[in-house]
Amino acid sequence: MADSTTSRVSFTLDSSLDSVNKIEQVAEQCAQRAGFDEDTIPGIAMAAREAAVNAVLHGNAYDSSKHVTASFETTADSLIIKVADQGLGLDPEKIPDPLAPENILRGSGRGIFLIRAFMDEVNFRQLHPGTELTLIKHRTPAQPGT
Amino acid sequence: MSMKVKTRQVDGITILDLSGRITLGEGSVTIRDAVRDVLAKGSNKILLNLGDINYIDSSGIGELVSAFTTVKNGGGELKLLNLTKKVHDLLQITKLYTVFDIKDDEATAISAFTK
Repeated sequence: MADSTTSRVSFTLDSSLDSVNKIEQVAEQCAQRAGFDEDTIPGIAMAAREAAVNAVLHGNAYDSSKHVTASFETTADSLIIKVADQGLGLDPEKIPDPLAPENILRGSGRGIFLIRAFMDEVNFRQLHPGTELTLIKHRTPAQPGT
Repeated sequence: MSMKVKTRQVDGITILDLSGRITLGEGSVTIRDAVRDVLAKGSNKILLNLGDINYIDSSGIGELVSAFTTVKNGGGELKLLNLTKKVHDLLQITKLYTVFDIKDDEATAISAFTK
């Protein structure tokens, strides 16, 4: 039975691959507790991983003096994951479309696209310095415990 | 679980049997090095067996694309074999499914390489 109680956990993490794995694992656990089905949970975990990679690699550039913060909130309606870095900032309007013919064979640039593919809402907020990504997946009425 | 690579030769084709995860900092470097090793040894017909790859992220997808373009630009061929449903779905979403030559059967894949 899924837990319908509103809950929130947050972490402040190093700019490392261990942090990426931690954020992915916590996202998967939160999605399971929220009652998402087995086809949806991997997508949520992947979206969280991609947001974490973005923060660690592109945002903080592995700078040990900068941190990544992540929060996971389960409400009656949604799972809300926020990942923030302390980097130079990310303009979502300037992210190339990875499906465009000129970009299809690029070796990078698919992270934000995959986040958008697996989540219902993706929002960007400039922190000066840094960027906060908010990923939202709605819990459907069919899910138990909602 | 990090990625592991086993290399074997069948009819002049180098088959890389990959297992584990292809992700940033784990499998992505391993696959890059493995493909470079094959090319350095003079083989440019490579079949990547992804049957035991249980997870791939955007970095892993990028690494597959880079391997494909590196081999192709060098006049070789790189094909994919035995995609799991997760990897299949990701290549569909990213519209790369039609870019790669993807096979479900090893014998068919081997015979599809230019002789």
